[in-house]
Amino acid sequence: MENALFEYLLRLGDDSLILGHRLSEWCGHGPILEEDIALTNLSLDLIGQATAIFEYAGKVEGKGRSEDDLAFLRFDKDYRNLLLVERPNGDFGVTIMRQFLFDAYRKPLFERLVNSSDEMIAAIAAKSLKETKYHLKHSSEWVIRLGDGTEESHNRMQDALNDLWKYAAELFYEDEVDATLKASGVLPDMDSLKSEWEQTVTAVLEEATLKIPENNWKQEGGRKGLHTEHLGYILAELQYMQRAYPNMEW
Amino acid sequence: MSKKEWPLWEVFIRSKQGLNHKHVGSLRAADEQMAIDNARDVYTRRSEGISIWVVESANVYASDPNEADSLYEPANSKVYRHPTFYDVPDGIEHM
Repeated sequence: MENALFEYLLRLGDDSLILGHRLSEWCGHGPILEEDIALTNLSLDLIGQATAIFEYAGKVEGKGRSEDDLAFLRFDKDYRNLLLVERPNGDFGVTIMRQFLFDAYRKPLFERLVNSSDEMIAAIAAKSLKETKYHLKHSSEWVIRLGDGTEESHNRMQDALNDLWKYAAELFYEDEVDATLKASGVLPDMDSLKSEWEQTVTAVLEEATLKIPENNWKQEGGRKGLHTEHLGYILAELQYMQRAYPNMEW
Repeated sequence: MSKKEWPLWEVFIRSKQGLNHKHVGSLRAADEQMAIDNARDVYTRRSEGISIWVVESANVYASDPNEADSLYEPANSKVYRHPTFYDVPDGIEHM
């Protein structure tokens, strides 16, 4: 598959970009000042990752597209992010649960990608891993505090988990893109990725006194460009400036 | 909604160059672990430090400003307590 590397970089970068944008929506709306800053810190980490990944993706594609072109000038079906990361922020509990499910996947993913035969991917993964370790610590602690907190916070966290669980399976979506890159050594072995995620998730949710939903209904499509209606609204806001004032820089 | 507020914490940061932790401000957190995390997010965003201490503000005992006269003014007239009356011999550097 010719464009496998480009396609994979979009998946990686779009997860960072869209979740980073979602978290940026909290700016000025955090539950307390300290957490407001913490959420925007996470957002900036993710957008920084997206910048590095898109810059490389543009080179791989070889059509002269910059990181800004890739971030701001694609149509919704060209985005490859997980449905999970485009879910609306909801209350703070929903945002934290979404973050936790994602971080618990991203940390072991980057731990594997540092061994990629592709030097750029390995370097980006090494830098991102440091950030992601903190993200996971932050979101895990909040899941535990709120899950094992008051009746109100516990119920909200359980509702968030029930709602988001159907989007978790897509974290481990694989197709010919992954197969091609594994064959060439760009992607290291991902066999234990899911079990490591499950271990983290089970341990934290147990400490948080939350129950994993028994419903196994899965919803996916993001990796193929089939998104929920929420992505359109995100892109409208994200792309407005570049669409209204093409090539604008600031 | 409960109006209970999280306790206040005083934050001390040691910079890369510094030997001692310096007071940089305060923040609210439910416990010491959250206080450390919040301090990391609020006070080290611009590479200000490599070590954080937090102390619950309630545990800080402060001198009484009303006693400033008797506490600090007596020292003002004791200029000889400053080590500035010695001639430094030639050849001594970094004094």
